[in-house]
Amino acid sequence: MTVFDIAKSFGLETRAGKDHLHEEVTGGYASDLLSDVIAHSRKGNLWITIQTHPNIVAVAAMKELAGIILTGGREPDPEALRKAEEEGIPILVSPVFTFELVGRLYQKGISGRSPC
Amino acid sequence: MAEADENIRFHEMFHIEGGNFTNAGAISSQVKKILKGAGFSSKLIRRTSIAAFEAEMNVICYANQGNLSLFITPNFLKVVVKDEGIGIPDVNLAMSEGYSTANEKIRELGFGAGMGLSNIKKNTDEMILTSKPGQGTHLEFIVYLDQQANE
Repeated sequence: MTVFDIAKSFGLETRAGKDHLHEEVTGGYASDLLSDVIAHSRKGNLWITIQTHPNIVAVAAMKELAGIILTGGREPDPEALRKAEEEGIPILVSPVFTFELVGRLYQKGISGRSPC
Repeated sequence: MAEADENIRFHEMFHIEGGNFTNAGAISSQVKKILKGAGFSSKLIRRTSIAAFEAEMNVICYANQGNLSLFITPNFLKVVVKDEGIGIPDVNLAMSEGYSTANEKIRELGFGAGMGLSNIKKNTDEMILTSKPGQGTHLEFIVYLDQQANE
């Protein structure tokens, strides 16, 4: 599934990176601590978070993530949008809270990385 | 640690302003662009820019100011980060994952997870960290070019 397919299936609205929605999603990671995402996310993952500031784009670009989903109706900061367009990182938003959204994604086959 | 004095093909120093969260990540982004422009493998670029990002964030979170220097040599990449800040009283404790002295403001932004230094160690081949409490911190890390598989 691509970011575009996921956005369509889950009613996510795209706020940035409209031209970069066709990357295949390799899985997901949910966290609001940036260093945790740096340590444990994988290339092509979708990142689910409530952080809205520009550094989320820096982290996503560094880890070559497929995109960022902001949950609970949160909107990206204007500077985060600008950086996301510059770096080509999709930012999507959902009114649904993290736990619920992750559950829905998992049901559709988007899985996380299990250490066990 | 390998010496960067000889055969330096590229050197650039960047100033880091402590407490400036708005521009946080700008320097590691520049490091990434330089390495991309130099044609290194994506794995090497990712490892080095992750370590540079964590080092940059540490200066922003805990120091008044600092600088980050990038050296490119035929065999390795080296990054040196020096800051004028509160320093680290117990380097071994600071290196342990999960230990953090971050304040509420830092944590609200999603930093201060106590994983920055261990992320640097994980992504580099050599790392040296020294600090004088009340004066500042000196961090150096090296990523070897020949240990990088292309991705």
